[in-house]
Amino acid sequence: MSQGTDASLTAPHTLSYTYKRSLGPLLGRFFTGLRDRQILGAKRADGSVLMPPKEYDPDTSAALDELVPVGPGGVVKSWAWVSAPRKQQPLDRAFAYALVQLDGADTAFLHVVDAGEESAMQTGMRVTARWSDEATGQITDLTFIPEA
Amino acid sequence: MRDVAVVGFSQSVSLRRERNRNEVEILIPVLQELREATGYTNEDLEFVCSGSSDYLAGQAFAFVAGLDAVGAWPPVCESHVEMDGAWALYEAWVKIQMGYADVALVYGFGKPSMGDLPITMALQLDPYTVMPLWPDAISVAALQARLCLDGGVMTDRQMAEAAVRDRAHAKSNPHAQVAGDFDVEGILSEPYLVSPLRKHDCSPISDGASAVLLASSNRAGDFSKRPAWIRGIEHICEPQDLGVRDLTRSRSTEIAAEKAGVGAGRIDVAELSAPFSHQEILVERGLGLGADTTVNPSGGALAGNPLMAVGLARIGEAAARITNGEAERAVAHATSGPCLQQNLVCVLEG
Repeated sequence: MSQGTDASLTAPHTLSYTYKRSLGPLLGRFFTGLRDRQILGAKRADGSVLMPPKEYDPDTSAALDELVPVGPGGVVKSWAWVSAPRKQQPLDRAFAYALVQLDGADTAFLHVVDAGEESAMQTGMRVTARWSDEATGQITDLTFIPEA
Repeated sequence: MRDVAVVGFSQSVSLRRERNRNEVEILIPVLQELREATGYTNEDLEFVCSGSSDYLAGQAFAFVAGLDAVGAWPPVCESHVEMDGAWALYEAWVKIQMGYADVALVYGFGKPSMGDLPITMALQLDPYTVMPLWPDAISVAALQARLCLDGGVMTDRQMAEAAVRDRAHAKSNPHAQVAGDFDVEGILSEPYLVSPLRKHDCSPISDGASAVLLASSNRAGDFSKRPAWIRGIEHICEPQDLGVRDLTRSRSTEIAAEKAGVGAGRIDVAELSAPFSHQEILVERGLGLGADTTVNPSGGALAGNPLMAVGLARIGEAAARITNGEAERAVAHATSGPCLQQNLVCVLEG
């Protein structure tokens, strides 16, 4: 509240959904892993590894429980070059959204590649994880960069 | 199964921005036109179902206001889906199949111009592992387009040709937003919007509404001289994560098409709701359409994409071509979710 020459009372109003979400047993471990700078995929009954992990297998609906380390390197399966990022997006300079298949994982997942310029992007290129200075257990703790 | 038909259809003009009208005000003349065309009154309606999205309006239960356009009397048996109106039509069709209604009003409406639509669409993605990265709708579609191009599934020339075809057809559609004679070479020399998609590959952002009147066989003749009978309708959803799907085909369209019986006879007209040119090609293939089918005579979603109303409008457009005698058998398609995650297929006959 501010009280200046204008005596009317004001209060901030932020439109938001003020719910807290429970991550559940499997995603809870996945995000705790990110806080510890480790990427975990979910092992399926056939031995393949799902990334990002899910509590239930999207094909068989079987409950999944076992998490295994994947990455930090991987291969770009597809990419889209964002030359004019919007204010909500994770980087304030041009970047790529990419489908990245991490080493040890059998599915690609959507993330961000900070490649500098479009000519540095290529389908099939290798990228590796770059961690934010302070990992907080969120998907945004990660960015990918072209492997040196 | 009960015979159920589309006996009336109306829609607003698709506009990039409805400056002076809210959703109810967009809807009122659309429903009025439907009343005048079919002669229905509120006493005829045994079920009312709408499709819209609170995320576009930015407030909970925003769809309730839409009912103001239907009228307050007599009280209605009403439902709503947080989906395109095509899925509201599916619910109404089920209601009629169950014997709970003979006449149902279905409508869809959306005013995406109130926000930044490509960013709003990020809210439909996995809230934990994907949405916090705010992948906009164009970028997500671009990931799929590159998979199609890299995989040799299609060329960017074919994508441009789909856009040129639709927008040429749209010249005869007074409700279309983007219409005209474009040229493939010119389009291919345009810069990328989000590489590998150019602006022409994307549907416009449109405000608008559409409405359909459904009736069972014992009432259809009261409203239409030539009802468009729904001979098959099915919708199928694929898993949530993009990485577990084959994005270079539309498996859910294929399954829905088979269950709806698309291949059981010649299809004269197909109305597709794919919001990106490469997706239109995937849907066309998923439906198994041949050269004897006229695709998107209205221009489809690439000519006007009133979110939450566009799929229902495809059913209405296909039905209208049966009712006016242009077509004997038609198929309509609606989609929902990123990269054609969920698809609805509806087969109509005269």
